[in-house]
Amino acid sequence: MENLERFRYIFFIFGLVIIYLVNIILPYINPYYFQIIIFAGINIVLAVSLNVINGLCGQFSLGHAGFMAVGAYFSSFLTFYYKVPFPLALIAGGVLAGLIGLGVGVPTLRLRGDYLAIATLGMGEIIRVILFNLDIVGGARGFPGIPKYTSFFWVYLVVMFVLVSSYSLLKSPQGRAILSIREDEIASEAMGVNTTRFKIFAFIFGAFWAGVAGGLWAHYLQFLHPSSFTFMKSVEVLVMIVLGGLGSISGVAISAVFLTILPELLRYAKVLFNTTVDPRMVIYSLLLILTMLLRPQGLLGGYRRKVKEQ
Amino acid sequence: MLKVEGIDVYYGVIRALKEVSLSVNDGEIVTLIGANGAGKTTTLKTISGLIRPRKGKITFNDYDLTKMAPHEIASLGILQVPEGRRVFGNLTVMENLLMGAYLRKDDISKDLEWVFSLFPRLKERQKQKAGTLSGGEQQMLAIARALMGKPRVMLLDEPSLGLAPLLVLNIFETIQEINKQGVTILLVEQNAYMALQIAHRAYVIETGRVVMEGTGRELLNNEAVKKAYLGG
Repeated sequence: MENLERFRYIFFIFGLVIIYLVNIILPYINPYYFQIIIFAGINIVLAVSLNVINGLCGQFSLGHAGFMAVGAYFSSFLTFYYKVPFPLALIAGGVLAGLIGLGVGVPTLRLRGDYLAIATLGMGEIIRVILFNLDIVGGARGFPGIPKYTSFFWVYLVVMFVLVSSYSLLKSPQGRAILSIREDEIASEAMGVNTTRFKIFAFIFGAFWAGVAGGLWAHYLQFLHPSSFTFMKSVEVLVMIVLGGLGSISGVAISAVFLTILPELLRYAKVLFNTTVDPRMVIYSLLLILTMLLRPQGLLGGYRRKVKEQ
Repeated sequence: MLKVEGIDVYYGVIRALKEVSLSVNDGEIVTLIGANGAGKTTTLKTISGLIRPRKGKITFNDYDLTKMAPHEIASLGILQVPEGRRVFGNLTVMENLLMGAYLRKDDISKDLEWVFSLFPRLKERQKQKAGTLSGGEQQMLAIARALMGKPRVMLLDEPSLGLAPLLVLNIFETIQEINKQGVTILLVEQNAYMALQIAHRAYVIETGRVVMEGTGRELLNNEAVKKAYLGG
């Protein structure tokens, strides 16, 4: 355990050095590849944070796009109108997403399974509709002119933070309490775990990082539109964590990268098959089905949802 | 002392418990026996706070449990071993035990040693995932997990369910052993014969009511109990 602790910080410092070095080389890289690298990082943040809610705590949330939207819009609002420094705006976006997570979590986390999924899905849609009608951030016209602050450095700094914080959480007594809720809520309660508090905590944790990811995304694209945050976005993230293995942090991170690169690689399929119709998404879907058939526990093997007796 | 006074519990409109009263003195083994659906498990769940009574009062020493959340009740040292074991299947045996000690801030190594001496099997399998244990081992783990929380009162729900006869004997011996170490035990059992043999006192529940009470020996020799629960 002691070794592991130390290893975690070495990993962190080592990571920082690499990020710094790569950051110097990167501008010379093909901008298309650069963009994929940025999106892969943002997707890691989204997937690893949703994994805390769905994979570790076992609460089925479909509201990640909503939290992401809150962070994206709020941080852009701050940098655009008030010239707030980028890191502060990112954190503010995350905090507001976290607060909304708290507001939504308190009433909805009493619900279980499918009901919670529907409730969080509804929450995400409500956020999107509000943004559609919020004139100060452009409403249905979209929000242009966001300063381009997102760099490789910021994205992967956040990736490091989200990885280290989730991993620390997982290995802490609190993390074990969160896992026990996933395993058996009644038994967990009988052990003296305040299950509501931990569920809300996991929810806020996930919402916060989703908000930060949204901020990174906004300041890379420089343009926001509410239609980017439909529930399909949440499903996209969900696919990443299921494919990576619910609950496995490394699996989920790898699968986030994999699923960012895969659709891009599949652009060559059109050339390969020499067709006019683009078979990209067909192959993509087939690959997803195949992976789920061959490895239902996910790439790196998370936990298996057990069949409930009742 | 744990005291249940005239509780009424409803599932929707169905009245599951009718004015149930019972008490458990410090250091006792008290058992609740009764048929399926009589309300034994409901009584335990109400004590541990998983279900709220509509009427009546449950007290532990000076605390009113009816107003407390499950995790608060657990923090008083009233720990439930739920029916059907409910171990954390994807966590290792050791992690399960650590979860049992979740509320404790003091040193747990002595209790870990004690638990492993009660259940040597668990020591061998401490790195194994709990879901891969056999039914009997899972029951041992469920009891051990509760013991790690240093219970003052342990609520045991059907510990013999689905176990081989030899294992049942084993589990009941262990329950007695645990009681000798000063843990008060409230035991719910369908295996009335075994339960009455180790119990100091017992209550018989029928369709949500306490219909009889007495010492374990008294009920073992009672004609009505013999006929209804002991098979002859």
